[in-house]
Amino acid sequence: MAGYIVRRILQAVPVFLGTTFLIYFMVFAMPGDPIIALFGDKTPNPAVVAQLRERYHLDQPFIVQYFIFLGGIFRGDLGVSFSGQPVAEILAKTFPVTLRLAALAIFFEMVAGITVGLISGLRKGKLFDSSALLVSLVLISLPIFVIAFVFQLVFGVQLGWFRTTVGFGAPIQDLIMPALVLATISFAQISRLTRSSVIDTSGQDFVRTAASKGLSRRRIVPVHILRNSLIPVVTYLAVDFGTLMVGATITEGIFNVPGVGRTLYQAIIRGEGPTVVSFVTVMVLIYLVVNILVDLFYAVLDPRIRYAK
Amino acid sequence: MTIGRTADDERPILEVKDLQVGFTTQNGVVKAVDGVNITLYRGQSLAIVGESGSGKSTTAHAIIKLLPGSGKITGGQILLDGVDLTAKSEREMEEVRGTGIGFVPQDPMSNLNPVWSIGFQVEEAIKANGIASGRKAVKARAIEVLKEAGLGDADRRMKQFPHQFSGGMRQRVLIGMGLAANPKLLIADEPTSALDVTVQRVILDHLESLTRDLGTTLLFITHDLGLAAERAEQLVVMYKGRVVESGSSVEILQNPQHPYTQRLVAAAPSLASRRIQASVHNEQQEIEVDHADDSAAEVIDLLSTAEARAEAVEAASHKEPAIVVEDLTKVFKIRGSGNFTAVDSISFQIARGTTTALVGESGSGKSTVAKMLLKLEDVTSGKILVGGKDLASTTGKELFNLRSRMQPVFQDPYGSLNPLRNIGNTIGEPLQVHGVGTRATRRARVLELLDQVSLPSTLVTRYPNELSGGQRQRIAIARALALKPEIVILDEAVSALDVLVQAQILRLLADLQAELDLTYLFITHDLAVVRVIADNVCVMQKGKIVEAAPTDEVFDNPKEQYTRDLLDAIPGASIELAS
Repeated sequence: MAGYIVRRILQAVPVFLGTTFLIYFMVFAMPGDPIIALFGDKTPNPAVVAQLRERYHLDQPFIVQYFIFLGGIFRGDLGVSFSGQPVAEILAKTFPVTLRLAALAIFFEMVAGITVGLISGLRKGKLFDSSALLVSLVLISLPIFVIAFVFQLVFGVQLGWFRTTVGFGAPIQDLIMPALVLATISFAQISRLTRSSVIDTSGQDFVRTAASKGLSRRRIVPVHILRNSLIPVVTYLAVDFGTLMVGATITEGIFNVPGVGRTLYQAIIRGEGPTVVSFVTVMVLIYLVVNILVDLFYAVLDPRIRYAK
Repeated sequence: MTIGRTADDERPILEVKDLQVGFTTQNGVVKAVDGVNITLYRGQSLAIVGESGSGKSTTAHAIIKLLPGSGKITGGQILLDGVDLTAKSEREMEEVRGTGIGFVPQDPMSNLNPVWSIGFQVEEAIKANGIASGRKAVKARAIEVLKEAGLGDADRRMKQFPHQFSGGMRQRVLIGMGLAANPKLLIADEPTSALDVTVQRVILDHLESLTRDLGTTLLFITHDLGLAAERAEQLVVMYKGRVVESGSSVEILQNPQHPYTQRLVAAAPSLASRRIQASVHNEQQEIEVDHADDSAAEVIDLLSTAEARAEAVEAASHKEPAIVVEDLTKVFKIRGSGNFTAVDSISFQIARGTTTALVGESGSGKSTVAKMLLKLEDVTSGKILVGGKDLASTTGKELFNLRSRMQPVFQDPYGSLNPLRNIGNTIGEPLQVHGVGTRATRRARVLELLDQVSLPSTLVTRYPNELSGGQRQRIAIARALALKPEIVILDEAVSALDVLVQAQILRLLADLQAELDLTYLFITHDLAVVRVIADNVCVMQKGKIVEAAPTDEVFDNPKEQYTRDLLDAIPGASIELAS
């Protein structure tokens, strides 16, 4: 097991280097001079421009810049944004917000998706199953901003249950609505995945054997059907969590959530190379870690993987 | 009738009256079981015999009311101890299962939940039936149950998971689970079909003594008539959802009344091999040969097939060998645990036009030998000569040509045909690959091949999913013969087939050999089949050939203990046949 983890981490190294290099290169290749852009309509003082360029190493060749950046990463220094704020500080402010939003969204989609999927799977072809299929198809077909606006209108404006946008400090109650919006997309996936997995497992020989032992339906469903069916679902959930953690740009934008997605979007618009690169680097790291965790979690769920040599 | 019999003893423990089971399909209800009657008294054992699709497993599932999907009991009664089960609700059936009826399923690989430990799965059966309460008592009972089922180190293995158990061990666990709540009736649905013969024997012996000790009544389901007769006092023969014959095992075997039963008795390799054995002895003693099956006109007689072979072998013995294997070794590297020697310096020869059987249990290395012969697996050391040519030095064009002279037929007729290609294309593909003839001559050859394997030419445009297992295996054989090979390697080619189909295919193989002077390497785990088809036998155990001799000699005078074990494990050996 330990060997497996080490191998996975070693595999992550080239992925990390490759992606950061690619990101750095793309940001570098973006048209326009970000330093000039900082001054807007004003004509900049050449001395100030030169000083800024030196400060952000923009006067060095590309590859040197990359290694300076890499060196910083390994020293735990993520650099400074053009506005003079350390990137680490921006991250520290935005990540907890996104983490809360992602956790809420995962919670909603997990509870709703698995429940609906399980009932659909156990009652294949009945009214509940068909209705769930219809709802899932509608949700999958709708673009997320449409769902977001409908939610804002119905729950925010007409019913007045939630504030339409997230207020200062991003309190949990304000995050519920964007989390629900985020959850709708994956809800459809998870309920369909759970459904087919439950149908699959229900037909397995060991389920019949469990019944032949005299077990009640109430025990067979959670212990022998649901537990086995959840293996692919949990994998999907974990990957989805990774995706949500790196920010939901559109939803965060619509609900004005001060999270990773919105901050990154703004940094890209402003051409803030250091912020973009550092943000994306952290995202890549998170994604890699989540993926390794998914694999390990898989082993927890399935003993065949746990004990395989 | 002994004195002191109570009323309880006189009432059958299980009485199935006019049972009807239907499956709802798109084309209406299909009857799978149609008017089955079974009466089984306490402490007796009864076997339901039939080929796949005969409704024997469906009957078993109906009795415990666990029919799959769209299956439904549409008529009749199932009386367990006088109580009608068909009238019981699902909730009430949960009470009956476990304590009333125990169930041992067919496939040990798929009947244990892979994500729960063995201990957990046995313990839940004990808890559900209220056999013991409290963690310690339940655990103690679980260990006891597993030990009874033949798992000696049960306490140590309770925490292990199904995939860490061998097939035989898993089947013991399933038997333990079936008996965990001391049921009145135990239904064992082909409990050993997926296992090696020697393991099968040990497990069945164990099951027999267990049920005897516990006083459990046994309902046994199998496709093997010899096995059924050996293990059960009563037989019920099923065919197409109906009972065609029932009564005492010995009587049915010695004097089958229904034509179907007669065919089954004639075709069962386990019985046929004994009959051949008997005829060999009888000839030596110049006593009239036994023909138990003369009563049935259209009987597929394996005996005559085997007799015809004897002459051919005589002629072939002084030709040069088609295959020579010398010191063949295959070592697999396993990460973490060093090397595994699958095949350990084996040597044998096969004379042209003869059949050599490679016999062994799973894991003995016999299929690895086949793969190396076909050059689908590299040789670690040793030599393979095919028609005098060293296989190792044959590459490229030469190898391509060699492949046309050496063709395989594999075990699973469902997996070895591409479902997206029609039969004509499947059989014609080797011709096309090797660029034989024109489109028209290839087509003619395909029709000729279909005729050779006794299939109608109308099949050319059909697809594999429209054919039965036996038909598919014929297609696989036709494909192997397309290039007029000299050597055919048959890797468990009849193991997946029902006895009657198996007999047909074996006969076909024998006829084709006589007609085309083919050399067969016949790989199997079933010694009974070997008796019917092979001239020479190599018995493999753990990668080594432990015994190699002509078939008659191996059967008459086995030298190795392992061979004797294999022979003893052929079911039906103890049954008196008609003479």
